[in-house]
Amino acid sequence: MGLKHKDLLGIQDLSSEEIRLILETAEPMKDIIRRQIKKVPTLRGKAVINLFYEPSTRTRTSFELAGKYMSADTINISTSTSSVVKGESLRDTAKTLEVMGADIVIIRHSAAGAPHILSKYISASVINAGDGFHEHPTQALLDMFTIKEKKGRIDGLKVAVVGDILHSRVARSNIWGFTKMGAEVRVIGPSTLLPPGIEKLGVTPYTSIEEGLSGVDVIMVLRIQLERQQKGLFPTIREYARLFGVTPERAGLARPDALIMHPGPMNRGVEISPEVADSMQSVINEQVTNGVAVRMALLYLLAGGGSPHEIID
Amino acid sequence: MLEEKALILDADGIRRALTRIAHEIIERNKGVDDVALIGIRRRGVPLAERLARRIGEIEGKNVPIGILDITLYRDDLTTVTHQPVIHKTEIPFDIDNKTIVLIDDVLFTGRTVRAALDAIIDLGRPQGIQLAVLVDRGHRELPIRADYVGKNVPTSRKEIVSVYLTELDQKDKAVIEVDTA
Amino acid sequence: MKLLIKGGRVVDPAAGINGENDILVEDGKISAVGNNLSVSGTAGGAETIDAAGKLVLPGLIDMHVHLREPGFEAKETIATGTRAAAMGGFTGVACMPNTNPVIDSRALVEFINSRAASEGLVNVYPIGAVTKGSKGEELAEIGDMKLAGAVGISDDGHPVMNAQLMRLAMEYAGMFGLPVISHCEDLNLVADGVMHEGYQSTVYGLKGITRAAEETMVARDIILAELTGARLHIAHISTAGSVDLVRMAKKRGLNITAEATPHHFSLTDEAVGNYDTATKVNPPLRGEEDVEAVREGLRDGTIDVIATDHAPHAVEEKDVEFNYAPFGIVGLETAVGLSFRELVEPGILTVEDLVMKMSVNPARILGLVKGTLKPGADADITIIDPDLKEKVDISRFETKGKNSPFGGWELKGLPVATIVGGRVVMRDRRLWQENDKIRNTSGG
Repeated sequence: MGLKHKDLLGIQDLSSEEIRLILETAEPMKDIIRRQIKKVPTLRGKAVINLFYEPSTRTRTSFELAGKYMSADTINISTSTSSVVKGESLRDTAKTLEVMGADIVIIRHSAAGAPHILSKYISASVINAGDGFHEHPTQALLDMFTIKEKKGRIDGLKVAVVGDILHSRVARSNIWGFTKMGAEVRVIGPSTLLPPGIEKLGVTPYTSIEEGLSGVDVIMVLRIQLERQQKGLFPTIREYARLFGVTPERAGLARPDALIMHPGPMNRGVEISPEVADSMQSVINEQVTNGVAVRMALLYLLAGGGSPHEIID
Repeated sequence: MLEEKALILDADGIRRALTRIAHEIIERNKGVDDVALIGIRRRGVPLAERLARRIGEIEGKNVPIGILDITLYRDDLTTVTHQPVIHKTEIPFDIDNKTIVLIDDVLFTGRTVRAALDAIIDLGRPQGIQLAVLVDRGHRELPIRADYVGKNVPTSRKEIVSVYLTELDQKDKAVIEVDTA
Repeated sequence: MKLLIKGGRVVDPAAGINGENDILVEDGKISAVGNNLSVSGTAGGAETIDAAGKLVLPGLIDMHVHLREPGFEAKETIATGTRAAAMGGFTGVACMPNTNPVIDSRALVEFINSRAASEGLVNVYPIGAVTKGSKGEELAEIGDMKLAGAVGISDDGHPVMNAQLMRLAMEYAGMFGLPVISHCEDLNLVADGVMHEGYQSTVYGLKGITRAAEETMVARDIILAELTGARLHIAHISTAGSVDLVRMAKKRGLNITAEATPHHFSLTDEAVGNYDTATKVNPPLRGEEDVEAVREGLRDGTIDVIATDHAPHAVEEKDVEFNYAPFGIVGLETAVGLSFRELVEPGILTVEDLVMKMSVNPARILGLVKGTLKPGADADITIIDPDLKEKVDISRFETKGKNSPFGGWELKGLPVATIVGGRVVMRDRRLWQENDKIRNTSGG
């Protein structure tokens, strides 16, 4: 079995079998990262382009390393979206990359749906590295990989996502992923940051962090952005930290072996207290390593990998 | 449909061939102190386990066994649309300065062995690499030869050589098959 | 020059006619309606259109159209927009003032009128801005625009957020009997929303526009209309709550009218699909319950008018990320077909109701002497073949705007002739050129 689509635009489009395949393929990839010689020749001669319209050191570096470990030729294009009026249209950029021979294009964009436009105009595979508030599928995959590695399963776990759900593509991708894989998902945040119709995604919203965290297996903390406070969605950062910051006491309401996760970068002392971030339960650094492995798996699978036929030789 | 055309080795034949190869490995390396066996997924793996058992019986020593998945090293990723599912490579020992005996069921074009050599060299710097196969059917496309061969069989390119092993297939035999479909 | 339309079913609610009749047109006016009209007695005879099996209606009027001229000729011009209107069966369109410059003075109203006279294929009725430059600061010269021929005032696209200014506009326009056409949208509630706020916006990760953004302003404007006695017309009503507010206001006897667009009674926010920018429109495509409420509002008479809010944009403007695409859907060439498919076919509206909402009521609201086929009236006539089927082919649109979410839709019930002041401008689903001769002629 391979992936059904040429692109990875969102977890919403994936079946649980596809998610499983990606997670399983990421396991041997993780071994490669741990080796002295972190390189396999698999994607030799493939051009992988990081097209980033939004600054992101982490995700871009992670994709770049994943490509390089697989021997692909990776290049980075960073463009600012502030110049949309003057800049080249996404359609024209897509066409340009196409004729230059791109095999896989990884796109990060502040506008939801930008990867969909790109995929419409390019025959190369498109990987969504985060689009607006829509999805960030590789983050969800690495989160699922991390949980599966630590807990041995996803099915039946209780996962709490805490923070600005309204503006979070990580939350959306994770909600799709975890519910598809059989976990129970709770979302916790101030009512102004919970999106409308969220229950219809099969999750339970909580405005009390104490209630929401009680008995969960995973606490996933989202980054809170100052800009939301400036738009009046909550009164002050201080009050947010007081009401929704994940402190050791609040983390203690979860199961004793609960995992603490954060997609980074963290605002220590705001959405997560340093003691929690650095606790034994924290797998925040594992998430980063696993990100590279999951992205290697995706590059491999989108380059055509994943069918089970035997090697005849 | 695959139809059996000729028997290359039956269960006894496989057993005898492996016993002989085990002796040859010991003899050629003057013991097995620095020898490790690495089976190429999938059928090289039970063969490596059987060889290790034989060597243990003969020498009274345990040889380390590893499993190699060469999928990521194949040279045809760009030419075929579907590639195999990747499994883990499991080599639980340091290969530096060891004599590695690579084990596979059938030697044909040599491309799998080429991929396996690259994969091993990415893992470390062994003293030397040797190759053991149950069946050598010819038609090499690369300058590669086996150090230990269970049986040499002349075949035509169209024929299919299949090795069945009890661990995976509930029977032991090596046969020439033709596709009648 | 005479024209005889024979054997069609004439539906003219203003004249109380709904049945098979012939219509004789002379010198741009209706000269007779009746059975077995003949032209043999008249000198020179007449061209005849065989309308058997077809509906012969007072010319349809779209009271909410963006012709984009002056200033945005890449999107549309008076020439192309009126060609689209003719194809869509409209004999007249009222054009919104959000051009560049904004239609906020006599000179600009006259500009529209003169362009329409020279380039327009159908009648064009200019609507003036409420405030100078639509900036929402000072009243525009409403009286002078009325004298130049403006049929209404509107803040379409730039809602007047200042309630006091809106109150003054209503009081002032009331002096001239001009309707105030209100685009009800609280810009603070909209913030930078791009689609209906709800489950779909959550899934797509797009900023939502709450129903309240429209409803609070509908409520405000109804209250102000009650205060001022103004003739308030609510443009493109899109939510169940707005329909209720208008219904209640009408019950209280207020002089309020409302319109709905074909896209708001045909599509829900699910149409946004794969970030299809052709579905990006303001007010946004709403939920199922809103579509139902709009249909019910049309059925029970709460909503008086079907208007398209025809909002063409250049292809490259819409071929971008959803967030960056401009709002708007083109509607002139699909309005009749969608109304038949979504309203007449399911029995929500009769053909007579449809004529009320697409001809009689718009004429009444805008103070036009139109909307009837009584002898003496202008010969603005729309002929519709209720059985004609066609698949929407956007590439064949006359409008410059290709931003329609209805491409590929199978429509049944389509205009087959558009006659403006006795002149045939569209016939058999194609525009009628000056030198074309009417086929199926007899007499002559």
